[in-house]
Amino acid sequence: MYALVRNGLRLTGLAFLALALIGCAASELVIPPPTAEKPAALVLASHDSFNISEEVLAEFERAHNVQVEYLALGDAGEALNKIILSKEAPLADVMFGVDNSFLSRALAADVFLPYASPLLDQVPDALQLDPSHSLLPVDFGFVNLNADRQWFIDHGVPLPSRLEDLTQSAYHSLLVVQNPATSSPGLAFLLATISYFGAEGWPAFWQALKANDVAVTSGWSEAYFERFTVGSGGSGERPLVVSYSTSPPADVLFASDGRQEPASVNVNLPAATFRQIEFAGILKGTAQEEKARAFIDFMLDLRFQEDIPLNMFVYPANRDAALPELFVRFAEVPADPAPVAPQDIEAHREAWIAQWTELMLR
Amino acid sequence: MAAAGLWALPPLAFLAAFFFYPLARIVGASLDLQALWSGEAFETPDFPYWGRVLGFTLRQATVSTAVTLGVGLPIAWWMQQAPPAVQRLVRNLLTIPFVMPTIVVAAAFTALVGPRGWINEWLMDAWALSQPPVRLLHTFALIVMAHVFYNVSVVVRIVSGFWSQLDWRLVAAASTLGATAWQRLRTVELPLILPSLLSAALLVFLFCFSSFGVVLILGGLRFSTLEVEIYRQAVSFFDLRTATLLSLAQMGITFAVMYVHTYLQRRSSRSLALGVPDAAPRRAGPSRTRPGLTLLVLVLTLLFLLPLAALAARSVSSGSGSWTFQHYQALFRGETGNAFLATPLEAIGNSVRYGVGTMLLSVSLGLCMAYTLVTAPRAVSRWLDPAFLLPLGTSAVTLGLGFILSMGALRTSPWLVPVAHALMAAPFALRVLLPALRRLPPSLREASAVLGASPRRTWRHVDLPLLLPAVVVAGLFAFLTSLGEFGATLLIARPQHPTIPLVIHRALGQPGLANLGQAMAMSAILMCVSASAMLVLDRVPAGLRDF
Repeated sequence: MYALVRNGLRLTGLAFLALALIGCAASELVIPPPTAEKPAALVLASHDSFNISEEVLAEFERAHNVQVEYLALGDAGEALNKIILSKEAPLADVMFGVDNSFLSRALAADVFLPYASPLLDQVPDALQLDPSHSLLPVDFGFVNLNADRQWFIDHGVPLPSRLEDLTQSAYHSLLVVQNPATSSPGLAFLLATISYFGAEGWPAFWQALKANDVAVTSGWSEAYFERFTVGSGGSGERPLVVSYSTSPPADVLFASDGRQEPASVNVNLPAATFRQIEFAGILKGTAQEEKARAFIDFMLDLRFQEDIPLNMFVYPANRDAALPELFVRFAEVPADPAPVAPQDIEAHREAWIAQWTELMLR
Repeated sequence: MAAAGLWALPPLAFLAAFFFYPLARIVGASLDLQALWSGEAFETPDFPYWGRVLGFTLRQATVSTAVTLGVGLPIAWWMQQAPPAVQRLVRNLLTIPFVMPTIVVAAAFTALVGPRGWINEWLMDAWALSQPPVRLLHTFALIVMAHVFYNVSVVVRIVSGFWSQLDWRLVAAASTLGATAWQRLRTVELPLILPSLLSAALLVFLFCFSSFGVVLILGGLRFSTLEVEIYRQAVSFFDLRTATLLSLAQMGITFAVMYVHTYLQRRSSRSLALGVPDAAPRRAGPSRTRPGLTLLVLVLTLLFLLPLAALAARSVSSGSGSWTFQHYQALFRGETGNAFLATPLEAIGNSVRYGVGTMLLSVSLGLCMAYTLVTAPRAVSRWLDPAFLLPLGTSAVTLGLGFILSMGALRTSPWLVPVAHALMAAPFALRVLLPALRRLPPSLREASAVLGASPRRTWRHVDLPLLLPAVVVAGLFAFLTSLGEFGATLLIARPQHPTIPLVIHRALGQPGLANLGQAMAMSAILMCVSASAMLVLDRVPAGLRDF
């Protein structure tokens, strides 16, 4: 009995020791030892998908003696809501990731300081949607369709060439889209169809899509990784997905079988892709406006801009930024994205989503 | 009385600071802000629509709870007769799903029962079908299945822990008096374990009632719970007024459910002598084990092994038919070159530290709450009990927005993480600890006092050893709650200091089979971490019992 107790105690002691060790080892790894002079922190708030190369960021941090901290605030809409809500006591100095579908909401909330960066000269006018320069365009991307190249060859089905094609019987049960109420590409695709068919015509198109067995997921990840044949590595069943024109390069860069060409191919339907522009701005109430301005300049300058494509899979806003080869080869820019004004989106977003939901449920 | 006040102080202070205050701020702000925002006059809510949503929320929660109990009880019953090593294995296997992020579980279920999942491929091959015969995606059945998958461990752990401490002499007496196995179960054992059963049922019901990811991802468009609607209103539409009103309604219902539960719990609790581990012989009866075992193995295989196996298989698949460990290698090389991506080792370290913090905090708070409830007068505890549970029925989105408004510098501090996790885990701990505490026979404490032990010594040598199994279960679930919490809606994520679920979500944010593979590999690592925690905690009672 006594030995039993001793053994038990020893085991418990060991177990706790192990846990404590894991904890200590981890804290060693994570928490850097305190340095004599800690650089000031510049806080960047963004959505969950913000990414940048370590050495690019380090250059900025060295040059300005700051440490950039990144707060991930959820998806694009959620992040903006949190920024607006914390207006009185700002969470960050700079916010990145407001897109054109939320631009009007962001500007109306009046949470950004105007800053006409000299580098805006290098950004095409078409991207500069905010004349007050409270929000400056940093990058853009296109929501389009991605197709499983091999599937369409094997089944002898041509790739769709117009939005209307998707309602044809040849495309029955092939497409997966996202719920516009919970997904930003889902909303973008809905907006593209509204622009294409007009305020009167779009419900009929979606009705037909529904009759053609379109699949709807709540978010992009589920559509791409679970349902799309390419993205799921074969366990999904849909060869056509609403995604981005920059997804095919990622299929090569993040391949696990050494493929040199993407298994997916862009389908940029005429006048039915949606251009998402992402903006950054300095938050009102920042105590470091100078450094925040420097960071905005840094984001618009070539070093950062050329780092964007392979980190965030969008195109740089700076027209002088060189594109990586993967983008040149596999990320064709659609010639004629759907023209949708931010004010229209803000005015109708809820009604359109509600109408869409009603339509797809009925 | 005075004792109740002392016990009540820490949990009430904690709830006031980290629950009621942020909640009051968001309620206040959303009504103001809304008026500022839209300038609209008061709009009549769409009552029929909200009625339907509420109806569905209650229906799926009730069905899910019933099925979870239906699956969990036979397993808990079987556990009483299985060898300890097998018990431990089954218990731990069943508990792993509890920590898995919904999106990963969804991927596992799709790989299993999706149109091109294992089961459909196999059936189509076997019977030469042209269409997948199993169509479960976006159905009510799949929602219930997922809820059972997540929650069966709650029932098994709480009930079997309580069950194993029954005084088997009562059962033996019934047997001697000629009761059949079924009669013994119905008239002796079930009434005695009823308090733990009610606790488990309540927890499962509350989890399903505020279900978010499962309904959103696996349920698809057609299904919506209050929690999903709150998210949609707050995040997609930025309609904080509606979101807040819905949150308040959700809390009101939680409170009502809790109130009824408290009443039932009181009626069913008995403080009976506990089984003395060595003195009371377990009933032996290999003949009774067989049907139970068969059922168990079948259920386990179908519900638990397959999705987990599907997930593990994905983590070692290259995506084009061959096997590979490259995803694990890539994770541990940490060669992202990305400024905000940490290695899995850091993520594991962060997750474990948050988990241990949450565990210590939740168990302490849970104990304080439980002692408050057993010492306070009934008129007080009747209201306190539901109030302690309220955070479980509160929308994470709403509370998260409340944190942003009210927590100042703490908003982005790592210290808020275990605190927020403990808000969810402490009510759970309370539900596990309370039935055990109520069952403590007062005679033991009185005897200890008569023999001259100080209250502290009595607590140390009488209360604690007898409560220990419940403390371990409470601690384990607190750890797992923290481990599995993705937290982007509740807290502000700091990708430089990621947790395991955050790494998984980041990986699933960009296309590419390597990202999918690494997310699955990280999920497999998450399973291993939770399994290790269970193995460690399994040792605790053995080590402390006779101490």
